[in-house]
Amino acid sequence: MLKLHNIHGGLRLEGHKAESLQRGLLQATLPERLFLPLRQHIGDHNKPQAEIGERVLKGQVIASDSALICAAVHAPTSGTISAIENYPVAHPSGKTDTCIVIDVDGDDKAVEPILADLENLTPGEKIELICRAGIVGLGGAVFPTSPKLSRGKVQGIDTLIINGVECEPYITCDDILMRFNAAEVIRATGYLQRILAPRTTYIAIEDNKPEAIAAMAQALTQHPLQNTEITPIPTIYPSGGEKQLVQILTGKEVPHGQLAFDIGLFCQNVGTCAAITRALEKDEPLISRVVTITGDNIAQPGNWEARLGTPISHLIELAGGYRHDASGHLVMGGSMMGFALSGNEVPIVKASNCIMVMREETIPTSPGYHDECIRCSKCTEVCPAQLLPQQLYWHARARAYERTQEFHLFDCIECGCCSTVCPSRIPLVQYYRAAKSEIRAAQKAQFKSDHARLRFEFREKRLQLKKQQDEERRRLKREALQKKNTRPGNEKPMADPVQAALDRVKARKKLAQED
Amino acid sequence: MFVAIFTISLMAGVFGLILGYAAIRFKVEGNPIVDQIDALLPQTQCGQCTYAGCRPYAEAIANGEAPINQCPPGGQATIVALASLLDTEVLDLNAEHGEHLEVPLLAVIDEQTCIGCTLCIQACPVDAILGAAKQMHTVIADECTGCELCLPPCPVDCIDMVPTEQSIDDWKWSAPLDPLELAQDA
Amino acid sequence: MTSVVVSSPYVTQGNTLKRLMIQVIIALLPGTIAYAWYFGPGVIINICLAVLLALAFEAGILKLRAKPVMPHLTDFSAVVAAWLFALCLPMHTPWWLVLVGIGFTMVAGKHLYGGLGFNPFNPAMVGYVVLLISFPREMTTWYLPSSVSGETLSLSEALAYTFRGADIQQWDALSSATPLDQVKTAVAQGITVGEIRLSPVFGEYGGKGWEWIAFWWFIGGLWLLATRTIRWHIPVALLGAVLAMSLIFYLVNPETYTSPLFHLLSGAVIIGAFFIATDPVTAATTDTGRIYYGLLIGCLIYVIRVWGGYPDGVAFAVLLANMCVPLIDYYTQPRVYGEK
Repeated sequence: MLKLHNIHGGLRLEGHKAESLQRGLLQATLPERLFLPLRQHIGDHNKPQAEIGERVLKGQVIASDSALICAAVHAPTSGTISAIENYPVAHPSGKTDTCIVIDVDGDDKAVEPILADLENLTPGEKIELICRAGIVGLGGAVFPTSPKLSRGKVQGIDTLIINGVECEPYITCDDILMRFNAAEVIRATGYLQRILAPRTTYIAIEDNKPEAIAAMAQALTQHPLQNTEITPIPTIYPSGGEKQLVQILTGKEVPHGQLAFDIGLFCQNVGTCAAITRALEKDEPLISRVVTITGDNIAQPGNWEARLGTPISHLIELAGGYRHDASGHLVMGGSMMGFALSGNEVPIVKASNCIMVMREETIPTSPGYHDECIRCSKCTEVCPAQLLPQQLYWHARARAYERTQEFHLFDCIECGCCSTVCPSRIPLVQYYRAAKSEIRAAQKAQFKSDHARLRFEFREKRLQLKKQQDEERRRLKREALQKKNTRPGNEKPMADPVQAALDRVKARKKLAQED
Repeated sequence: MFVAIFTISLMAGVFGLILGYAAIRFKVEGNPIVDQIDALLPQTQCGQCTYAGCRPYAEAIANGEAPINQCPPGGQATIVALASLLDTEVLDLNAEHGEHLEVPLLAVIDEQTCIGCTLCIQACPVDAILGAAKQMHTVIADECTGCELCLPPCPVDCIDMVPTEQSIDDWKWSAPLDPLELAQDA
Repeated sequence: MTSVVVSSPYVTQGNTLKRLMIQVIIALLPGTIAYAWYFGPGVIINICLAVLLALAFEAGILKLRAKPVMPHLTDFSAVVAAWLFALCLPMHTPWWLVLVGIGFTMVAGKHLYGGLGFNPFNPAMVGYVVLLISFPREMTTWYLPSSVSGETLSLSEALAYTFRGADIQQWDALSSATPLDQVKTAVAQGITVGEIRLSPVFGEYGGKGWEWIAFWWFIGGLWLLATRTIRWHIPVALLGAVLAMSLIFYLVNPETYTSPLFHLLSGAVIIGAFFIATDPVTAATTDTGRIYYGLLIGCLIYVIRVWGGYPDGVAFAVLLANMCVPLIDYYTQPRVYGEK
């Protein structure tokens, strides 16, 4: 049994998980239309690869970017593309973004799968398959998986960690996945082991999920893997964060500015693992995911395997509709790190692990009055990144952004532990998020102004150079003229060329008149 | 008493020599503070500060001739940064020089009206206008800083200033309201 | 549905300022009751008067500052500050003394700096020190516990003294210096500690009555630790420093220096360790910083008691350490995750 370490801080929270675990894993029906945003990953937007009016099959690539093909968007079902337009998307701004709209035809006809001979594929070829399936991290960070695997392979991975922790309250999609699709996760672990060749593998699951641990253990006995153990870890939020999980399992800390694979540790979410299995075994790209629909305002909370692009309103209907009225908020994510959505027409994307349907009272719409900071440092006690949230608060509030960076603002994982314990109810995480936005915007503006300065200075130089060249030319011309006018040995001054030309014209005119 | 006078004079002489040597040996060419001030200005070269560009304004600030609050494109953020650099008081933007626009404007040439005279190309401080004599002119959107120096020279007034589109990536989290402001509504 | 201005997290742990302050008040109750038991109703009158005046001052200042009054009054921070201030005063004080003291506590000690959370100095200590320096006679007139003097003041007599300045008839029997004060003056006169301890004012370890009150402050302090209202760093460091310094000097010369237990159980050491020095607004904020802060206060308490001009040094020690807090905070920043 592995000896576990502690993270600094963290909180024991009420899970609110039981309600959405009652009904197992349900399959969501297809809605009438699917809305696929062009970007569902960390990185730049994809470009549409299909046209309006085109009929697409399930699994066909409909958007990709040549620079990063590994985060392509595939059609989740067969249908006709009816529009490529701005549509509300899952983003805290509530803004719209370009989406491909598919009118579902109901046939669910798929592209012919090309089944690979998995036993004889090289790791590089396996990564290529994962790339073409558009798989990104389904734990919430949506980082494209195949570049991560390639990089990990190059750096050398010592320990593979399968992240089934799911520490945030309300979210249960990974729990359900492990209970009902444990075999897929275990097989994916095997594939990852063959790609990365780690020395040990830990499958980390929080100890509030005994059924999931049992299911995974059974799947592991049926499909044994070398040096692999299932590791239950204590239920403390935010143990599921990559940096915290690394610390719990190995006692090591990911150094500043680096990621886990830089120190030989590779983390993968169980949802991503299931997607990897489907991609490798069935040539099925990432077109669906398990989504938890829960909250105090939904009639029948549960977990659904839903196609990407399904509007949340469709899932709310499947879950029995609103328990009270529809005036409350929808939050994508859990209660600690989720963000409110603009409405229920927003579609499910690769990052949508949970949709909380909440009553108006539970989630405030406008900031209430909060007290001043009394410097009690409860926030410092609970911060898993070992920061000084109090100092970050003072400086973020004063807009002293350089000072916030001195206190390592960008090491903040925005887990929300500090805001939760603050007796003055200060919205700390919002201050940090706003400060980070301002710093990023200022960096962008600085980059732009530096670029403009370079162009301006170059222009000045160009004009200066032109002036010099003009002067130089004029000087040479003047010298040449002077030389011509005073040729040595010739007393007689040269005839004025202008006068000579005028005389020639007069003479020609006279001749013309005489003719 | 004479010993005291002698000692103090000697010390003064020695320190004076050290200072003189240091002034020559460690002399810094140019005026680095001007570069630092210029680095904080937005480089639109628009002239709204009444100086002929960002660098002349930076030099004026360094000489103490100009206050730090005359740059509308830089806005309050630039004023705060300058105040922090120069260790002076933060002032409010001087409204006489213009207002700070949250959403920057871009110049757009109306191609129906453009006569290809190249006067705007000569005016643009960052060479953001593409074109030649008797050829269609167009503004390269990525390079345009919104300084509006191309508007006056255009003889047919075919350039419009259009607000840039704020994409989803430009969105910023808003900071929580100050408790004092909230309190007055409570 | 509109887009929300408020960001996650959308849960709280139920901590509020009011709950925090109520825990402190609960912790103060045992000691306060013991105080009234041994020394009569004077302390209760002082506390009630101080609390009422504090709330009045706070309401007035908040109105002047155009801030909402009720949310600030109901967080009970003024109540706690006033209670602690009143516990520092002698049991029978004129009403105007409390008024001046509370005025300085609330106005100069707290609101002139910006209100709750902005003051660098412990407000109760500011008020107490202003009184101590300005009205030395009233502030150094202490009384014997009823078990020693055999006399008690009734409630009406105490009220009469406080509000009407009526003479206390039992004054001669009742008034006396505190044990700490007695030790200081006697040692200066060359009397040994052993002889001083024979005085009827002294109980088992500390002063009669005072040692029991200190015990109940300690119980209150344990309550605060159990409810996680305060953390252990400051009390342990403070008491540890007092213990260490008094032990060293006691071992060197038990005739001139009183025992560690005497120091711990006399004066305001225990209440200072758990209630006064742990005031979050004015204490250090990092864990290591808090230990240094506690050690500094403990050492200063001992130094002022033994070699300083006052019999008890808790208030001055706390104020001096408050001045050092920004420096302590700056140099005791913890290591961030991922830093070497």
